[in-house]
Amino acid sequence: MPDTPYLLAAVALSAAITWALRALPFAALAPLRASSTVQYLSTRMPAGIMVILLVYCLRDLPVTETRALAPVIALAVTVGLHLWRRNALLSILGGTAVHVVLASAVFAQ
Amino acid sequence: MPIPTPVVDDLVRPVDPQPVALPSAPAAPPPPAPDPASERPPAVAALKDSASVGLALVPLGLAFGVLVTQADLAWWWATAFTAFIYAGSLEFLLIGLVAAVVPLATVALTAFLVNIRHVFYALSFPLHRVKGRAARAYSTFALTDEAFALATSERARSWSGRRTVFLQLYMHLYWVGGATLGGLLGSLVPEGVTGLDFALTALFTVLALDAVRDRLDDLPTPALALLSAVIARVLFPSQMMLAACSLFAIALTARHFAGRHFTGRHLAGRHLAGRRASDAARSRRA
Repeated sequence: MPDTPYLLAAVALSAAITWALRALPFAALAPLRASSTVQYLSTRMPAGIMVILLVYCLRDLPVTETRALAPVIALAVTVGLHLWRRNALLSILGGTAVHVVLASAVFAQ
Repeated sequence: MPIPTPVVDDLVRPVDPQPVALPSAPAAPPPPAPDPASERPPAVAALKDSASVGLALVPLGLAFGVLVTQADLAWWWATAFTAFIYAGSLEFLLIGLVAAVVPLATVALTAFLVNIRHVFYALSFPLHRVKGRAARAYSTFALTDEAFALATSERARSWSGRRTVFLQLYMHLYWVGGATLGGLLGSLVPEGVTGLDFALTALFTVLALDAVRDRLDDLPTPALALLSAVIARVLFPSQMMLAACSLFAIALTARHFAGRHFTGRHLAGRHLAGRRASDAARSRRA
């Protein structure tokens, strides 16, 4: 059971590192903004990074086991809902609800 | 009563040294039609901007709060985590780490490796439109994946810095509020209920779909990203995030140099020209 000083230190460390990674590159990259390569990257990276984050979330998918069906089906529901209604809230709530039901009841270990 | 946008914001904006459009670019497309919401005070416009993806942070926060209580931590740790760290994917990982009382060095290394992707965000996030030290400091603190996705989307091109910062603040509040509520209600969730963490996957699914749909003329980019992520997962499973982002940046750079004299340069020029045009249109209105 973690104690309070440990938890406080963990929160402070995580917050400081995250903020540094977000803020410092602006200073470091300022001289590069005029470069055509940086401009090329800056218009294309957002879409790609979201795809990478999605794959990252699914990195531990147990592809050889049937319980992998829960996230796979929930993912299909999320994508389907979003292509159909284009409502982020609905897609996320729908996909998560399907996943909770499948993971808790159908594919429970 | 509308808060007037300080005109000086646009006048003191640093002048970028490069030309408005690259020489090979054709005539710039007309700037997007004026967004009616941009005529409203930024705080009101941002509230509307936060309605879709932003509000999705409430159920995500709820899920996080419940997971905090399921890890046997007091409910208010959900508030503390979300208020001070404000990096969703790291926080979900952090619950497992602190519950196992791993060394703080491991916490630091995980924070670094999971969030190293943020160094790339400085390339696209429009921080140059945010004025004032405090606002800029907060804007970088609150530069989450969701804020980045929204602020770099097609419809955000005409947003003022204030509107972006208000959007970040609302999303921060949704996230902290959802997590606090989840922490308080967590004990009511029956024991066997699992899988709430899928909310994060669903959020990135939505953000990826929206980002790809913004640039349907450029499908090789998400394809390269997907390939980079899969290669990173197979070859560098313990540092997948860093490896995937680096591979993707390298692949994009290679593509840029390979296609310099063809469509790559042409498209970059067009995109920038459109962005400049919409910024200029906003200056005229202000």
